[in-house]
Amino acid sequence: MSAETALSSLQRDDLRVVAAMIIPASEQFGVPGADDAAIQADILVTLGRDAELVREALDHLAHLAGMPLANLGETVREAVARQFRASGGAAAATLTRVVLQCYYRDDRVLRSLGLELRPPFPKGYGLEQGDWSLLDPVKARPSMWRRAPSRTPD
Amino acid sequence: MNDPVDVLIIGAGASGAAVAWSLAETRMHILCLEQGDWMNPAQYPSVGRDWEARAYGDYSISPNIRARPEDYPVNDDNSPIKVVNFNGVGGSTIMYTAHFPRLHPSDFRVRTLDGVAEDWPIDYDTLAPFFAENDRMMGVSGLAGDPAFPPTDPPMPPLPLGRSGTRLAKAMNKLGWHWWPSDTTVATVDYEGRARCINLGHCTPACAQGAKASTDITYWPVALRAGVELRTHCRVREITTNGQGMATGVVYYDKDGVEQFQPAEVVVIACNGVGTPRLLLNSASGRSPNGLANSSGMVGKNLMFHPYAQAYGYVDEPTDSNRAPPTCLWSKEFYETDPSRGFVRGYALQFGRGIGPVTEAVTSEAKGLLPWGAGHHAAFRRLNGHRLGLSAICEDLPEEHNRVTLDPVLKDSHGIPAPRVDYTIGENSARMLEHGIARAREILAAAGATDICVNCPILYGGWHLLGTARMGVDPERSVVNEWGRSHDVKNLFVVDGSVFVTSGGVNPTSTIQAIALYIADQMKQRLANLFD
Repeated sequence: MSAETALSSLQRDDLRVVAAMIIPASEQFGVPGADDAAIQADILVTLGRDAELVREALDHLAHLAGMPLANLGETVREAVARQFRASGGAAAATLTRVVLQCYYRDDRVLRSLGLELRPPFPKGYGLEQGDWSLLDPVKARPSMWRRAPSRTPD
Repeated sequence: MNDPVDVLIIGAGASGAAVAWSLAETRMHILCLEQGDWMNPAQYPSVGRDWEARAYGDYSISPNIRARPEDYPVNDDNSPIKVVNFNGVGGSTIMYTAHFPRLHPSDFRVRTLDGVAEDWPIDYDTLAPFFAENDRMMGVSGLAGDPAFPPTDPPMPPLPLGRSGTRLAKAMNKLGWHWWPSDTTVATVDYEGRARCINLGHCTPACAQGAKASTDITYWPVALRAGVELRTHCRVREITTNGQGMATGVVYYDKDGVEQFQPAEVVVIACNGVGTPRLLLNSASGRSPNGLANSSGMVGKNLMFHPYAQAYGYVDEPTDSNRAPPTCLWSKEFYETDPSRGFVRGYALQFGRGIGPVTEAVTSEAKGLLPWGAGHHAAFRRLNGHRLGLSAICEDLPEEHNRVTLDPVLKDSHGIPAPRVDYTIGENSARMLEHGIARAREILAAAGATDICVNCPILYGGWHLLGTARMGVDPERSVVNEWGRSHDVKNLFVVDGSVFVTSGGVNPTSTIQAIALYIADQMKQRLANLFD
């Protein structure tokens, strides 16, 4: 199933709206919302094995809303979202996770968090040794493991 | 029909690899059948920007979620702890934290010391040389001198404390409680062809650097050079026997799905505490209607998981987060029995450095710490990169009703009945979990952490699959004898975590491999009369 057909047009619209409810754009932090076109495109092309549960979540959301989410007033929409989170089970959790995992790998978002725009390999990261003198009082402790009688030969 | 082999090993994971390597010096014809494939580190998650997302998909720790063709499904609906594993050359060492403690001497004598469960037919001293040999082969980093354990000699220095370890160590010192840098199979210096750790921070879903020891890069290359044959994508359906009750070989499906028979003089099972009973139960015959090697009725019973209680919180300065191996310290402060605690036996504490941004977002949203809407960004910036956590890994006592059976409906991709797990957390374990959570809260508070969250038990925490074909001297109470041979089938051996009599309260891979090496050594010493 292609990215375009994994979700219907209405489902994609609702996904965009609910994604913005989860993570709205922020001028303060200089980051897009999760309804950003590039993030939405990432969600759609990487849905993969999550597609079925995300469709189920969006169907549940549509059932609760009774109309496209975008057409609801803000207060009603937020009430629907609360109900969705309370009653959506694994499907709602999957939808939320899919939104979060695509949002928090977006270049603009990572940059705003001060994180490098690269995978861990091959460069890796530095790790400071820390203060090994902290171990001195532990080293000074007497042996504390419990002695056990040896096995009796059969 | 395939040519007969002297020794057939089923499973190329932690224990199968160790046995293959040890037996190779006999120059016998040794064949290992593995249902998975060789792994390609160039495709491991940490090479891509989607490294965290893949932990929810093709590198999930759950075989049911991961659902790779090499995996088999597990019906664990009736268990508060779900089975996690990996199937491939290296087995679950591909996807483990590399935390590498050993069982304590007292763990082998629980009946004598505490009046519970049963003593093992072997002891720590018996295994000590095999622990040391395994440390060299896997490559262990650690620090000698831990007052909570008999002397050891790790071949590499320990992982750095880092920011997280330092903060946790200060907290433990404030409380006056034991802590020590963990033994780990993460190479801290270049070691036996493995490059040292560069802190990919992603140890569990496989190590692209090759710094973390998995048996595909430790035991197997040496075993193969010594002449052992390893066939991948070969899923064993059953072990066959003859009229004398001896194993004759196995029926398996090859990489093309074609049924094959592989004759063998000796069969060694190394399929873990769920896969091994599954195979024995699937090998039922007219002679063994309740499953092979199961005259005791113990096959599949006494499943032990190690219930995990996890707590974490957030501190006011950055932690190591995902930019280092996930575990750093352990504590044995509450490991040995203290009757005043209200339970027998004990638990180890395993300290974590933190997690990556996606995992932080997903888990914090689920816990209600990370809101939807306008407050999301500020909350995330407060949480991300500031997490400290720890887990109590509790000794699970054997109970016969905790068991692996065959599911009447669920089957794998070859139509082989899948395992079903029925498990409940025992009363002693429940009290231990409660105690562990209370102590973990105290530690986090001493570290200055707030917003403390608890997962008890960790749902996807069934890493340690133990006890379902246990060893013992009494054929009516055990499946294999004190050197791993089936009481019923004189040329059948079990070498994985199934043989554990009790679980101890630490990660078991080191002990599993030491036992596998010990059993292989016993086989070599008894070659002239192995079947007597």
